Amino acid sequence: MRNYSALLFASGLAFLLMVIAWQFTIGGAPMLIGNAILQQAADELGAANLVTSVVLGYRGIDTLGEIAILFTAATATSLVLSSISGQRSRPAPNTAQSGTILISSSRLLFPLLLTLGLYIVLHGHLTPGGGFQGGVILAAAFFLPLLAVPGHGVNHSGLALVEGFSGAAFILIGIIALFQGNAFLQPFMGHGAMGSLFSAGTLPLLYIAVGLKVGAELSGLLANLAEIGPAHPVAEISVETQSVKGSAHQ
Amino acid sequence: MIWVVALMVIIMLTAAVAVLVVESHISALAATSAVSLALSVLFVVLKAPDVAMTEAVVGAGLSTLILALALHRILQAQPAGEDNDA
Repeated sequence: MRNYSALLFASGLAFLLMVIAWQFTIGGAPMLIGNAILQQAADELGAANLVTSVVLGYRGIDTLGEIAILFTAATATSLVLSSISGQRSRPAPNTAQSGTILISSSRLLFPLLLTLGLYIVLHGHLTPGGGFQGGVILAAAFFLPLLAVPGHGVNHSGLALVEGFSGAAFILIGIIALFQGNAFLQPFMGHGAMGSLFSAGTLPLLYIAVGLKVGAELSGLLANLAEIGPAHPVAEISVETQSVKGSAHQ
Repeated sequence: MIWVVALMVIIMLTAAVAVLVVESHISALAATSAVSLALSVLFVVLKAPDVAMTEAVVGAGLSTLILALALHRILQAQPAGEDNDA
């Protein structure tokens, strides 16, 4: 039975790949849309970072798909992890102390990482970076104190709230564009002066929504992965080396 | 510029081989992270700072973190008496 399902899956995958290979003309003329976008994007969208005007302006619906994929993956992971932890008895809450270096450096790095992540999210339409990169940095910023002080709880419902609202805001901005007579997710609200913080219409708003969503999602995922373990890896390694030393003495 | 590229390629190849030959799993993870970090420098040289930032943040940071946490949980799930080589 299992072999048949594997065979079915493999043949379906092969069919998909064949369809894709059929569509592409290999070694044909290069796509012409790249040049058109390069010439028009600055006038049409007013974003200093051309990559952002492609990611959110011309290919906004692809970004929506990307967010949906990330959401599905994070949800599936937390589902699997919670079912595993439900089967086992929950270990005692961790009281192990992490090292001084980790604790004090997490205190030092937390505001810096927060500032950097917010800067990258807010300046996504001006400088390289944007919602995805800044969101991952935000998630790392919120995970670092969790690593330093284990047993520190995570407010999962708060994270879910942030995630849901930012995801809804992304779609809402797209629907408002529809009501204004434009295409779904087409930027509106004027261009502003190119290179200033308030420019490029709705692109910064979309990137703020993406950044918050990615940050909340990934910090929830990392917390889910780390929370159940009684000790973080550093403590375990130190215990192992001690036992090795002890056996060498004998 | 060509020296930067050559250096980065050497670092990447060394780290990629190290992933395969190194004994401890956590060192292999660190080497994977080093491959991504050198690759992000290569992306900067190729004038793709957006991709470089994604590679550094996701490839070197996040995925290594997720793999390390998964490794930690695998080691935890093993029975105490069982021999593990991590």
